[in-house]
Amino acid sequence: MIEVGTVLPERIFFIDRAMLTSYADASGDQNPIHQNEEFAVSVGLPNVIAHGMLTMALVGKYVSDFAGGAGHVLEFGARFTKPVIVAAGEKVDLTVSATVSEILDGKISLTLSATSAGVKVLGMAKAVVRK
Amino acid sequence: MLNPDSVGRTFAGTDVITISQSEIDAFCSVIGETNTTIAPPTFSIRITLSQYESILTQPEIGLDWSRLVHGDQKFEIITPIKAGDALTCAATIENYRVAAGNEIVTVRSDLHRGADLVISSWSTLVVRA
Repeated sequence: MIEVGTVLPERIFFIDRAMLTSYADASGDQNPIHQNEEFAVSVGLPNVIAHGMLTMALVGKYVSDFAGGAGHVLEFGARFTKPVIVAAGEKVDLTVSATVSEILDGKISLTLSATSAGVKVLGMAKAVVRK
Repeated sequence: MLNPDSVGRTFAGTDVITISQSEIDAFCSVIGETNTTIAPPTFSIRITLSQYESILTQPEIGLDWSRLVHGDQKFEIITPIKAGDALTCAATIENYRVAAGNEIVTVRSDLHRGADLVISSWSTLVVRA
């Protein structure tokens, strides 16, 4: 039973450098901060960081699975608050969960949480779906 | 610096972008989506971000793309994208402000299939001081 306040099961995605390369090709975003450690460090980042939009795409997968498919996702938004840092040879977590915040006219609003290495990486993350 | 006169302007894309199944497949593959009959909710960023870059970096607009970070992103999906869709993209510069030396631009994208609006999205882009 889904009602306001229902907490949806947590899911963990794993992000590595190979995924960043695949996402760069799939999205067309070839910014070197997502692939080249030397470049990322030269512009003041701690290491290579994941595309914010990759993080959002994975949370979008979580939302789609809850909704019964991507075609049921009506609205989806988030603020990129902290980067997901992806060191070479490592798989870092993206831990996603959600709480039902509103049910209105058959539409379900979710407040989403996304963390990596214990740090909140998305703020104000919300989705509206029609199951 | 962005030319403040550009706020409120809409740039209607003249190119029709036809979506291929292989583009959708590649995007789905990254996130583990097995249903490839429609595009995932954030797929349209593939079209939108490159449109923004070509518009906002025109000399008359003047945004410095090399120092750009993505602040936030929102999608309203009226109809999911499918392979074979022929889409046009109109981009509107909705808001611009400078805070602590950072330029903050809100851009809206409307994707149409023929006369029908398919997806609207909003991106806040930040050019770091």
